[in-house]
Amino acid sequence: MLHVAPTPARKKVRIATTSLSGCFGCHMSFLDIDERLIELVDLVEFDRSPLTDIKHCGPCDVALVEGGVCNAENVQVLRELRANAKVLVALGACAVNGGLPAQRNHLDVGDCLTRVYCDRTGGKVPDDPELPLLLDKVYPINEVVRVDYFVPGCPPSGDAIWKYLTDLIFGRIPRLEHPMLHFD
Amino acid sequence: MNDYDRFVLDGRPVHFERGQSILEAALASGAYIPNLCHHPEFKPHGSCKLCTVKVNGRFGSACTIKAMPGQEVASDTPELNGIRRVLLQMLFVEGNHFCPGCERSGNCNLQALAYDLEMLTPHYQHFFPARELDASHPDVMLDFNRCIMCELCVRASRDFDGKNVFALAGRGTASHVVVNCPSGKLGDTDFALSDKAASVCPVGAILHKRVGFAVPIGERRYDLAPISAQVPTQQAEEA
Ligand code: SF4
Ligand code: SF4
Ligand code: FES
Repeated sequence: MLHVAPTPARKKVRIATTSLSGCFGCHMSFLDIDERLIELVDLVEFDRSPLTDIKHCGPCDVALVEGGVCNAENVQVLRELRANAKVLVALGACAVNGGLPAQRNHLDVGDCLTRVYCDRTGGKVPDDPELPLLLDKVYPINEVVRVDYFVPGCPPSGDAIWKYLTDLIFGRIPRLEHPMLHFD
Repeated sequence: MNDYDRFVLDGRPVHFERGQSILEAALASGAYIPNLCHHPEFKPHGSCKLCTVKVNGRFGSACTIKAMPGQEVASDTPELNGIRRVLLQMLFVEGNHFCPGCERSGNCNLQALAYDLEMLTPHYQHFFPARELDASHPDVMLDFNRCIMCELCVRASRDFDGKNVFALAGRGTASHVVVNCPSGKLGDTDFALSDKAASVCPVGAILHKRVGFAVPIGERRYDLAPISAQVPTQQAEEA
């Protein structure tokens, strides 16, 4: 039997994830790495994430941000992640360019609210102080904070996320090429 | 091949016919130079600048510069590809390009070029402009949110179909393509699905109705191979 000295335990990469104005599709796609999740468990640990239910982010290595910025709470969460993460990654079309929610951007947000809540039902625009205030537009996250890396796709495939993440974890320059790079 | 009918592209000799542009000669030889507003059947437009190359050290558009002996042309260099990526990013933020909901996705030259040049983000602040939609025509739909103002439709309708249905209006950032009739609606023109102009748009601005998303993801043109690897097919189809 070969006696190999046990490799010193690699320090786990601490990852935070969040979905701002996204549909959770990118998170679902993340789970699509399937059995590689088992490999991932040995490499990373999670900070704030829908997977851990930790509400506020502490210092971490990588933040994966799904979704654009559509309301005041999104701004807060995004800034907290930026302040705590060494590397911030825009994950998916909405984080990269606002995505489908940004299709409201050429409309007046007041008009949208009145049309939806008042004109048809005769109600009023919800104004519960618990509700985060909508922004005038849906912003790509790089228009709010500095972003280090972008992974486009709606959603990026599990393979693309795995490739990008493992490139990052192992210190390679992360790269997506045909056919993994796609915007849809 | 002798020295009179060839130039050098990225260190490799390329044969040309008299009168051909650098881009035409390159594509004919199977070498790819990125391009968007070029079409083999129409006069060069030289507007998108994606085909920018360095000819004997000076910047120029490969689609408008005639091929000549003695030219040393640089195209596939980090410097030029970087500049091209910036041009693409500007095109993306200037319009409304939401690929996931676009019928042209997977078959779009703008998108395919962005893939090829590894544009991962549009980077600049988005304009999110308000642009016109026109569904008045029974067979063709216009979505100017995605127009890149290459004027291929203008050229095709004017020079090929003899109808002059489209025109460019406005100046500077207010430039936009319009339909040339009093109502400005495509349905009020003699535009037809069989017009050349109905099938030259390189992006998802002029769309044939009732065929959207017919080809499944994974089998669309640029799912199969990157745009730079499709030079012969591109030539055959466009000719
Ligand atoms: S025209 Fe091309 S780049 Fe624009 S949204 Fe459609 S597929 Fe994307
Ligand atoms: S509609 Fe299409 S073909 Fe016409 S100018 Fe715009 S992008 Fe070019
Ligand atoms: S292809 Fe030459 S400028 Fe557009």
